[in-house]
Amino acid sequence: MELYELTAHELREKLIKKEISSVELTNVFYSRIEAVENHIKSYVTFTKERALKKARQIDAMLARGEQTHPLAGIPMALKDNLCTQGVRTTCSSKMLENYIPPYDATVVERLDAAGAVTLGKLNMDEFAMGSSTENSRFFPTCNPWDLERVPGGSSGGPSAAVAAGEAVYSLGSDTGGSIRQPASLCGVVGLKPTYGLVSRYGLVAFASSLDQIGPFTRDVTDCALVLQAIAGHDPMDSTSADLPVPNYQEALIPDVKGLKIGVPKEYFAAGLDPEVEQLVKQAIKKYEELGAIIEETSMPHTEYALPAYYVIAPAECSSNLARYDGVRYGYRDKDAEDIVSMFMKTRDEGFGPEVKRRIMLGTYALSSGYYDAYYLKALKVRTLIKQDFDRAFTKYDVLLTPTTTSVAFKFGEKTDDPLAMYQNDICTVTINLAGVPAISIPCGFSRGLPVGLQLIAKPFGETTLFRAAYAFESVTDYHRQRPQVGVK
Amino acid sequence: MNITKKDVEHVALLARLELTEAEKENYTKELNAILEFMDKLNALDTTGVQPTAHVLNIHNVFREDVASNNLDREAVLQNAPDQKDGQFRVPRIV
Repeated sequence: MELYELTAHELREKLIKKEISSVELTNVFYSRIEAVENHIKSYVTFTKERALKKARQIDAMLARGEQTHPLAGIPMALKDNLCTQGVRTTCSSKMLENYIPPYDATVVERLDAAGAVTLGKLNMDEFAMGSSTENSRFFPTCNPWDLERVPGGSSGGPSAAVAAGEAVYSLGSDTGGSIRQPASLCGVVGLKPTYGLVSRYGLVAFASSLDQIGPFTRDVTDCALVLQAIAGHDPMDSTSADLPVPNYQEALIPDVKGLKIGVPKEYFAAGLDPEVEQLVKQAIKKYEELGAIIEETSMPHTEYALPAYYVIAPAECSSNLARYDGVRYGYRDKDAEDIVSMFMKTRDEGFGPEVKRRIMLGTYALSSGYYDAYYLKALKVRTLIKQDFDRAFTKYDVLLTPTTTSVAFKFGEKTDDPLAMYQNDICTVTINLAGVPAISIPCGFSRGLPVGLQLIAKPFGETTLFRAAYAFESVTDYHRQRPQVGVK
Repeated sequence: MNITKKDVEHVALLARLELTEAEKENYTKELNAILEFMDKLNALDTTGVQPTAHVLNIHNVFREDVASNNLDREAVLQNAPDQKDGQFRVPRIV
């Protein structure tokens, strides 16, 4: 395997043994980016000078024999909705095209303290709204397994970059599946942590009660390492949980004997691609062979999750995005003569069609006369969905579902029909509504395209997720497959 | 529930979005389709169900009332589309 195809913990060993320096490794990744980025288009901004400076620092520390963090000197990249002090943060929007944050997001600060080498910022659906990265205002990102297909979204850049060997790992954000869905479509590991486990300070807000930051990695071990580095209480985020963070590496044991896995039948309903279903069922069988106890179960309110989500998320979005008025930062229409038309023109020109559609939907759902019918109703349905999970976790340690209903689809296939695009999130949105953690891991290939398996645990049950995911990974090699970028 | 073009214009004003005629037509059609899909929620009886706005069991989070100056004024102002004398400048209001 080439160096750019290895995992963080494999590269860590090479750094420690002095087989390679962090500067050399960083250059390996920039060469790889140079070779494939014109096909993939996963980056919005590069930070090469900073990356090399950081790599030199880590090399000096290693040379002195200092203790370093397991992620020190490893090249990674960030979704472009995570604020980086002094580095352009665009959310792939014309609105923030030239925005340079005066501060770092907490996760960025924590990874920086761990010695991470940041290669750049990654493409996404504008303001994290979308399921294909076709809504980026700059350019679409391609799926490394088939350049005619989408990488998923909204974290298409972070997912494609890791799959294509353009970063060892990356951080994304997940509001309704924006980490797990692209991870599934690109054949990498993606984790949406429990709401409140990872600070959202410095994440450009989309829907605050659903957003959560999480890693894209090549295997479960790396996923545990990255989560360990970013998790934990942060006084800068008042929704951050004040709980001790467990040692996630201790959870990496290939043993699921006696683990109770529930398989909710509603996730295997009509619309699920038969080959995806077959691969997920094979995975269930594998768990059975490993000694897990499998049982079919029911989550009766699953079918209401999507409509509830598409009321709640736009409502929160319309409120969060009210701050983009062209006064303090971002794009401003320069021709308007009075302030109200400045606001209106600025917002019309600065936002793309999907963002405007959701602002309209959310404003409508929150407006006088409709608040009870839509928003309040959706919040009550959210309670019922959460209760489905509470009930399930009194019986099961883990729930197992497909991550997506199909493999990656082609560009343009769903862009004309917002509802068809929203259906993509059908297996993932319930998790955000309930606030529980979920991971997507590769479980096979259908027509040469990756398929993901979703494991769900109770709040703060990440250790159980890692144990279950690691056991599957230990007896399969799907996570070791790499796409041949540009080769048909 | 049926959304008319007039409703769209009203919501756009609330959301401070100046829409073109084509956008208004388009959003009228799309919002109707999406809201029809949302109406599925009405099939559920939610009498007596408490709404969940937030999943964590957190109520008020307080900190000491200590003045601090975390952000550098220059760094903040450099993002402003227009600024003067250390302040944000906007078109004339009155």
